Amino acid sequence: MIGRIVPIAIFVVLGLLLAVGLKIADHKSDLPSPLIGKPMPAFSLPLLHEPEVTVDSNELIGQPFLVNFWASWCVTCRVEHPVIEELARTGAIRIIGMNFRDERADAKAWLQRFGDPYSMIIHDYSGRTSIDFGVYAAPETFLVDENGIIVFKQLGALTPEIIDGEILPRIAQTGSLAKR
Amino acid sequence: MKRLTLLFVLLLAAGAAALAQEPLVFDDAAQEERYNALTLELRCTVCQNQSLADSDAPLAQDLRAEIYEMMMAGRSDDEIKTFMIERYGDFVLYRPPMQGNTLALWILPIFLLLVGAVIVFFTVRNRNRKLAAQRQGDST
Repeated sequence: MIGRIVPIAIFVVLGLLLAVGLKIADHKSDLPSPLIGKPMPAFSLPLLHEPEVTVDSNELIGQPFLVNFWASWCVTCRVEHPVIEELARTGAIRIIGMNFRDERADAKAWLQRFGDPYSMIIHDYSGRTSIDFGVYAAPETFLVDENGIIVFKQLGALTPEIIDGEILPRIAQTGSLAKR
Repeated sequence: MKRLTLLFVLLLAAGAAALAQEPLVFDDAAQEERYNALTLELRCTVCQNQSLADSDAPLAQDLRAEIYEMMMAGRSDDEIKTFMIERYGDFVLYRPPMQGNTLALWILPIFLLLVGAVIVFFTVRNRNRKLAAQRQGDST
């Protein structure tokens, strides 16, 4: 009796594990960021267009903004670019470009070719700040609220769905958070 | 054929030599050992199934450099791991910490081993009984 039930039970358990595994596999890339709910990492870096001007991360805080990590070597950034331009056109939020591990000339040529939707571009040549942000690959986008807290992170390209579903509602929320 | 094999091996060796860059200088062998152990234990987040030591991705190189610098600055292994976890999450550890959401990971193997032991025990006992019964049947 047991001899018959055991293999069936094992089969059922394995089947369940497989089903769960397949479900999780869909979200494998959705690695949680430990930075959500924490203050944005501090940095002090030059601007891409004006290398002599240094921006301190504290100067940015005050109103919600997006930090978009991109580089000229990043192919997905090209795919994402029209979406960012569209968002910039609506004026819903400040978009700060974080150009990382990139040559200044390459980055500028890229902007000339595809357009520059950013309200400011910071140049993280060494990529050290990208490590502080826990960036794995480009593009990655962080939504920072008016208190300088990271409230959302997008791994990979932004899409209109993510902007409408995740980012814009959170910007509306941050206003009420400030009043608390 | 033998020559071809030799050529192939040489090419492989040359490739490995080209890959090995940035010779790091350590104070002593123990420190080097620590560095090797740490980079083996930390995951390269871009190429998720490689450790930092294995990976040649630019990010892995930067992270190795970061770890090296922190070691030289006298930081402990735990401090370095915390630095990585703060940025990339528990996911960077190849040996996950024992906590609520990883309990299944730690307990399941032991549980499965026990289940296997129980199955073996019953199977063996059943077989022994059958054999004993057969022998009795033979002797009568």
